[in-house]
Amino acid sequence: MSSFVQDDPHAPAHDAAHDAHGGHHKQTFVRRWLMSTNHKDIGTLYITMAFIGACTGGMLSEIMRQQLMYPHNDLITNGNTWNAIITAHGLIMIFWFVMPALIGGFGNWMVPMMIGAPDMAFPRLNNMSFWFLACGFIFVMTGLLLGNGAGAGWTLYPPLDNAQYSPGLATDFALFSLHLAGISSLLGAINFIATILNMRAPGMTMHKMPLFCWAILVTAFLLLLAIPVLAGAVTMLIMDRNFGTSFFEPAGGGDPVLFQHLFWFFGHPEVYIMILPAFGIVSHVVSTFSKKPIFGYLGMAYAMVIIGFVGFVVWAHHMFVSGISDDSRVYFEVATLVIAVPTGIKVFSWIATMWGGSIEFKTPMLWAIGFIFLFVIGGATGVVLANAGLDQELHNDYFLIAHFHYVLSMGATFGVFAGFYYWIGKMAGHQYPEFWGKVHFWSFFIGVNLTFFPQHFLGLAGMPRRYPDYADAFAGWNFVSSVGSIISGLSTMVFFYVLYRVFTGKDVLEDNYWGEGATTLEWAVPSPAPHHTFEDVPVIR
Amino acid sequence: MKRLCGLAFGAASLVLFAAHLAMAQSAPDPTAAADAYVNAPHNWQWWFPVSGSPMQAKIDWLMQYVLWWMAAVVGFVALLMAYVFIKFNAKANPKPSYVTHNTLIEVIWIVVPTLILAVIIIPSINLIWYEGDTSNPYMTVTVTGHQWYWEYTYQSVPGLDYTSYMIPDDQIDPSKGQIRRLSVDHPLVLPVGEKIKFDITSGDVLHGFYLPSLGVQKYAIPGTIVTSWTLINKPGTYYGQCNQICGLNHDAMPIEIKAVPLADYLAWTKAALADYTDNAAPTAALPAPPVKLADAR
Repeated sequence: MSSFVQDDPHAPAHDAAHDAHGGHHKQTFVRRWLMSTNHKDIGTLYITMAFIGACTGGMLSEIMRQQLMYPHNDLITNGNTWNAIITAHGLIMIFWFVMPALIGGFGNWMVPMMIGAPDMAFPRLNNMSFWFLACGFIFVMTGLLLGNGAGAGWTLYPPLDNAQYSPGLATDFALFSLHLAGISSLLGAINFIATILNMRAPGMTMHKMPLFCWAILVTAFLLLLAIPVLAGAVTMLIMDRNFGTSFFEPAGGGDPVLFQHLFWFFGHPEVYIMILPAFGIVSHVVSTFSKKPIFGYLGMAYAMVIIGFVGFVVWAHHMFVSGISDDSRVYFEVATLVIAVPTGIKVFSWIATMWGGSIEFKTPMLWAIGFIFLFVIGGATGVVLANAGLDQELHNDYFLIAHFHYVLSMGATFGVFAGFYYWIGKMAGHQYPEFWGKVHFWSFFIGVNLTFFPQHFLGLAGMPRRYPDYADAFAGWNFVSSVGSIISGLSTMVFFYVLYRVFTGKDVLEDNYWGEGATTLEWAVPSPAPHHTFEDVPVIR
Repeated sequence: MKRLCGLAFGAASLVLFAAHLAMAQSAPDPTAAADAYVNAPHNWQWWFPVSGSPMQAKIDWLMQYVLWWMAAVVGFVALLMAYVFIKFNAKANPKPSYVTHNTLIEVIWIVVPTLILAVIIIPSINLIWYEGDTSNPYMTVTVTGHQWYWEYTYQSVPGLDYTSYMIPDDQIDPSKGQIRRLSVDHPLVLPVGEKIKFDITSGDVLHGFYLPSLGVQKYAIPGTIVTSWTLINKPGTYYGQCNQICGLNHDAMPIEIKAVPLADYLAWTKAALADYTDNAAPTAALPAPPVKLADAR
């Protein structure tokens, strides 16, 4: 990756002449936030959505951990309530926290600036994407709160969520919320692909494009190919529930396992949809704070392409105990393990980027380092689970829960926080307080590890997932895990304080407040980035 | 009838060793031998249960094998990162290098992980074939998941078909060795040392037939039969739980297995047939359907 320097370093001053908060034509609140077509404003809306989603999903997880703190606990005495909570926690954390934060939020904010484009290719479509998602959130919350709630788990396996076993509107609301989130993601993906392929500044070839843009491009293609399959599966479920079809009804010649195939054909790429943008952010942060260009740029970019491609042909490793044949088990195990190789390329390239660097351990770098280390642990347990023979023991137990929270609750979430601390000065115009950022990192690091590491032991001892009450033998590690979740919760309070300090800050930031290590185009425009960037097309040397 | 079976069982037991005989005489329960050993999870457990079957032993071995490789990988990455932080922090190394390529190292970090995967894949695939080999069983039991209990149908004992409910929390009697959330009213009784095939299916929604100490786990899927098998090493009580979300009482349909010597098993089948299929009320009253379980807690 070459360094991106504008021809005329003083060009951004032209933009700075505008009022950073709305341009010379002052917009009303409704006009600016409800009818926005500006990629930065829409990015801010997405980040706000992610904040609401994270708080909601996080609150649900605190409730779950409080219930699980002791066996025979009486916080939640109704299994339906419990099932509704676990379902909403999964759906909200994926579709209304991680995806809007990484793709809609940072993607919208940074991709056009990084490629030197004035905005996204389809600004109105962009606005539409966001409001579909916001409406979807209302639907998923309705699914949680209405009647018994939608309680089939986020994987929505039939027959449990068909009309017979999940009567009532709640499950329909949850299913339609996925349609809305899906349309939102699909339109967003089309927008990103069009933007990245067509709107790069002169000289910004694909092979000079920042890795975050590569990550978003691959993610967008994954969304484009995976979301329609989910939409098909969800539509079939809705038809089964409401219009008497029997796609997944054995009594009518249907097959519940068909749904699992369709769901995971979407669901596995979805895993990479959540983690690839975090890969991109971590690459930028590691490079910036090592004051070194990224090591093996092309390898890094194409590793993501390969991960995305192979990610489409491994879905049935989620179904090792669904009665698929031994041959299928062998194939899906081997294909899954192959993904470890491009992932290894990424991890080693990050370390090689730091090697020989001059590393400053600022808060974003701490989150990025935390990401790399914890993602390696989550990846290692992923290799364990990919072994179909071992999955027969570990499937659906707490070892699996620990694994995917290491890659999501620590992987994707650490990526979100790395991006937040890295870019918040560029987005808000005020720097975060370094001390409190570090307190947030260390408390969160301790909290999540204490929450999820003991869950490996629970899984090995045989504790199944989605249980509101468990045998007394699982009490010890569950208690430790719940204490960890309290620490994570308190850590989030520190984050709220950081937010308060950022938004009440009076400091004025330079364009490139990270210095020589930060070489992408967003650092060539003022902080905060003006409402319109690149009214003059930048030229990349 | 029950008395008669007890006597018949007592006679059959004469050929067995003395301690066992004494136990069988004092309690004419053909599954008594299973009480001698209980394979249940224990607090602060941090590894698999003690292997109750050859399959679980193989899983345990492969798990250790793969985990040691993974521990080496994680340890190596951790060491590299620690070295980098000490050697290349801003104080120790104020002037960064600008090296961005090294073909040799890039080839190494593609080839070495591939080789590690290869040495993992070979034993791992063998385990898949081993787990999938349900041929030539001594007997087959159809396991049917229901909301929220299990039903066991012995294919080799026509007519032997019964249901197994969790004992509700307020009826648990620890003095009888009952374990809250794991003990059931009518356990699955199986002979030790024989290959047992499970035909797993469901009568309503998905369930998960999960026996951690035996290394068995398959979904119970309505409209289809998924097979697995086990061979239990020694008499004892083994536990499992439903491991696929199935609604309101997903956490209240455990599996309890009483593994007994073959002779005891055969004696039990006779007693059980009498108990469960002579149209009389079962000797042990079935508890009320666990509809109110949630409220009882």
